[in-house]
Amino acid sequence: MYVAVKGGEAAIDNAHRLLADRRRGDRSVPAMQIEQIIEQLGLAVDRVMSEGSLYDRELAALAFKQARGDMIEAIFILRAYRTTLPRFGYSEPVDSGTMQIERRISATYKDLPGGQLLGPTFDYTHRLLDPGLMGDEAVGTPPRREAGDRQAPRVSDILAHEGLIENDSDLPDDHPAGDLTREPLEFPMARDVRLQALSRGDEGFLLALGYSTQRGFARSHPFAGEIRIGEVEVEIDVPELGFSVCLGRIQVTECQMVNQFQGSSKSPPQFTRGYGLVFGQSERKAMAMSLVDRSLRASELGEDITAPAQDEEFVISHADNVQATGFVEHLKLPHYVDFQAELDLVRRMRAEFLASQAGDDVADNGVEAAQ
Amino acid sequence: MKHQQDLATYNFAYLDEQTKRMIRRAILKAIAIPGYQVPFASREMPMPYGWGTGGVQVTASVLGPDDTLKVIDQGADDTTNAVSIRAFFQKVANVAVTTQTGKATIIQTRHRIPEEPLSENQVLVYQVPIPEPLRFLEPRETETRKMHALEEYGLMHVKLYEDIARNGHIATTYAYPVKVMGRYVMDPSPTPKFDNPKMHQCAALQLFGAGREKRIYAIPPYTQVVSLDFEDHPFEVQAFDEPCALCAASGVYLDEVVLDDRGGRMFVCSDTDFCEKRRESGHVGAMSGQSGETVQ
Amino acid sequence: MSAVASQDVFRGGFANPDFDAQMVFRQIMNALARPGTVCMIDAFTEPPAPLSPCTGAIAATLFDADTEIWLDPLLLERQEVVGWLTFQTAAPLAETGFDARFALVSSGDLLPPLERFAQGTQEYPDRSTTIILQLDSLEGGVPLVLAGPGIKDRHVIEPVGLPPRFVEQWAANNSHYPRGVDIILVADDGLIGLPRTTRIEPTDGQEA
Repeated sequence: MYVAVKGGEAAIDNAHRLLADRRRGDRSVPAMQIEQIIEQLGLAVDRVMSEGSLYDRELAALAFKQARGDMIEAIFILRAYRTTLPRFGYSEPVDSGTMQIERRISATYKDLPGGQLLGPTFDYTHRLLDPGLMGDEAVGTPPRREAGDRQAPRVSDILAHEGLIENDSDLPDDHPAGDLTREPLEFPMARDVRLQALSRGDEGFLLALGYSTQRGFARSHPFAGEIRIGEVEVEIDVPELGFSVCLGRIQVTECQMVNQFQGSSKSPPQFTRGYGLVFGQSERKAMAMSLVDRSLRASELGEDITAPAQDEEFVISHADNVQATGFVEHLKLPHYVDFQAELDLVRRMRAEFLASQAGDDVADNGVEAAQ
Repeated sequence: MKHQQDLATYNFAYLDEQTKRMIRRAILKAIAIPGYQVPFASREMPMPYGWGTGGVQVTASVLGPDDTLKVIDQGADDTTNAVSIRAFFQKVANVAVTTQTGKATIIQTRHRIPEEPLSENQVLVYQVPIPEPLRFLEPRETETRKMHALEEYGLMHVKLYEDIARNGHIATTYAYPVKVMGRYVMDPSPTPKFDNPKMHQCAALQLFGAGREKRIYAIPPYTQVVSLDFEDHPFEVQAFDEPCALCAASGVYLDEVVLDDRGGRMFVCSDTDFCEKRRESGHVGAMSGQSGETVQ
Repeated sequence: MSAVASQDVFRGGFANPDFDAQMVFRQIMNALARPGTVCMIDAFTEPPAPLSPCTGAIAATLFDADTEIWLDPLLLERQEVVGWLTFQTAAPLAETGFDARFALVSSGDLLPPLERFAQGTQEYPDRSTTIILQLDSLEGGVPLVLAGPGIKDRHVIEPVGLPPRFVEQWAANNSHYPRGVDIILVADDGLIGLPRTTRIEPTDGQEA
């Protein structure tokens, strides 16, 4: 009878105190500082910001600490805070073409204007545990190159010059971008809202779905046209001033997949696009997102819908890990009223079943007796 | 830290005014179209989806400083999630709370309707996990929306009838579908079907909030609410063989409490406030001496 | 907007936006949940004429940047009215009644035919206009007998200043259910809700 307890409030209080104790752990170990999380667990902070849909490293780090390192819990805490913030306005679209690039790779060209920049990647690390990190071994300063004014045009723009890839979007220029946090979801979705849902969708879920398309469940022949990570300016249009004002810079990861070409008797063949954009540094998420974006465009591109990754309602309805964890975990709440209703019915049906069996026996005996 | 001060400032009843306006508009449309699920831009709340966020958003948008709030889960005020939600509103709205059904102006509930008849000055707010009664027959929102639009509810009747064919009974015991005002088939939330008749011609306004699924719906006071059934298999509610072991009430919904591992059990009122009131006024059940307060 | 932004548009809004809006909303909710019941609201606002304080309070409670509003021609030509609504609620003006979430109508004779407003669709009947109709009074007019959800048996109202043929129009509105508009009747003495489910029943020997 864990639910019918008197003193539920005291129990909850005590549970919270125990949680705080466990979160702090051994008091002889120094408490982790927010700055340490921001500086040394940056990719965790990035994921919390990205799926929490709030670009604030400090709050994301706080949520991560508060959640004892539980990612989804941290994302949830940040979302619950974000939802209370007043909305002052909408920024202009960021221009990833003018990004201050820290990493940029293309799998479709050996070399290209702006060059390939490996940046801070795990890619070619050998995954051997590093005993040096057990302590606080000194870390040298990495070599740097002056940014200069080298332009790095997007691979998709290079392809577009030749007409080799479809246009970025069919949405008209004056299409106001939707906002899935302010408007109820409606299927089918416009691509802008769908991309928002994917950008804050669960990394693991999108990863699995993207992977499934590679294995043949809606294969889309993807090439990683370009992945770029770096800082972009966020601008907001101020009508009173008549021009846009820069609010600051944010780090984003952008992935442009170049996919299976299409053509018809009316139009020459063109590659199609899949797009991914997330806060911070997260190539895995951006790449998976672009695969899923492409597969969800199936009906737009006239493709047969045969696989889970193409099913918009299925993907979008289940991509949000805060929703998913809440509903899965709500099963631990008491359900005994409903269970009682089921118990009652099952008992009644069993009694009827046994009675009818007994009745059959009596009837059989009766027949035998008559014989 | 730059955030330390401003982090703690939340609006009255937690939600910002813009969000409340959006939810209030949805509530008004829900009242105007009884049983129809109005989509709304549900917000993340500081409790998990599936734990009453829809009900909490509705309550937060309706609640004022003059209200008295009661929160129940499984009929009881002292279940942990009810305690948690009640504490939330005390904290963010400083609202008066009660466990007495008659004294509440707003009752937020999960899975039960109080036994005591509700009055005209009360609002009953239900927490709803899956608002779509057709969802388990047709998982797609695009399809179920069409079915509601066309008033095409044949599938539901087929499902209920298949139950009868297979089991001799309609095997739905909770979240039993109802038809509101002769038009919309509606999910009453996972209340036991025992409670369905209380929704019919109820004096109180009934509001339903589904946070994760982003829907709000309503039954205005004095509205026809009919549980789906068949002429040869009329709707009937559960009946218990014995009265409450604590207060001797019959004709109420009971919880089964397991006493030992040898089959010992007792049945007690699920509505704790109702049971306590009866005991205070002298009603004595068969086991009222030996139960006492249940322990943790 | 600077041309119309006399000082008046900045005045007369809610003094306590959260609490005032909550109290007004509860009365609007009661009015629509119990059609015919006259619900009293503390006006809380002082909008420019011909908007009444009650109408201003409803606008400040329900309108915002997400709700397009339709104004009758008389209201539309009063720049101080448009300025006040814009400043206090940020609600954009709808081009036609079909685009409007809310309509403000300052008197019965300015109410266009109800089918000129958004009716919602069969899939989304909630996407319809709520009309806020200002009347001279909610008492003393021709009795109308109301029935439907929210009404225990029958409820009689006596609003003054409904447009002619309103009863026929309302019956037509009923017949489109679940599509249709909802109306809030407002006067200085309170407000009455007429959701689309409310029927106006014929009365014996009375002309509506």
